[in-house]
Amino acid sequence: MSEDIKKIMFTVRKAPHGSIYVYEGLEVKLIMAAYDADISVVFMDDGVFALKQGQDTKELGIKGFAATYGVMVDYEISKMFVDRQSMLDRGMTEEDLLVIGEDEETEEPVKPKVVDAAEIAAMMKEQHNILCF
Amino acid sequence: MLHTVNKSPFGNGTLESCLRFVNPGDVILLLEDGVFAARAGTAKSALVAEALKKNEIMALSADVKARGLAENLIAGVKVTDYDGFVELVEKHTTHAWL
Repeated sequence: MSEDIKKIMFTVRKAPHGSIYVYEGLEVKLIMAAYDADISVVFMDDGVFALKQGQDTKELGIKGFAATYGVMVDYEISKMFVDRQSMLDRGMTEEDLLVIGEDEETEEPVKPKVVDAAEIAAMMKEQHNILCF
Repeated sequence: MLHTVNKSPFGNGTLESCLRFVNPGDVILLLEDGVFAARAGTAKSALVAEALKKNEIMALSADVKARGLAENLIAGVKVTDYDGFVELVEKHTTHAWL
């Protein structure tokens, strides 16, 4: 990866399904994945609910996006992080998190990485752009 | 870095979230309903005063004046106009806490 590749972070702070934010954020991520950018995604506040396992939107009559989050690694977006405190506040554990793909070599399921606010703050400092959804 | 907060701290946890993730030295700009956080003598003013020890906090003039808040801002909160806002965005990587 060359030096001039842009580091772009997406922050997801809204709950899924109650508004269009998470869905549109995902679309932008998939578009950006087509470009040569160093993409990371951070879920915080109600955004952590977007990563909850077992979302079933059939009765809502919408397609949902959990399946797409399930193949983020295939889109080469594997830098996905979740704020530990936001999960704790909402009664979520690592077990609740959906799988975002499988490791290319080991074929083990990959989950988003749970990190502390300080780690997220440090990552933010490194970015060229940060987009909030 | 520049962080913008546009939600009132009295009905929304956005300001608290922002403060949890700022690095020392980052600038926080309050705008739209975010400027209510700049008012002195509220349930949130101690939180803002504490944040002022590590971060510069600014409030957008048009939004402060529109809400009649100009006379009673927390000491240390600086007021800036739209030109100042543009300068901040030019200078910093921005995260909008929408």
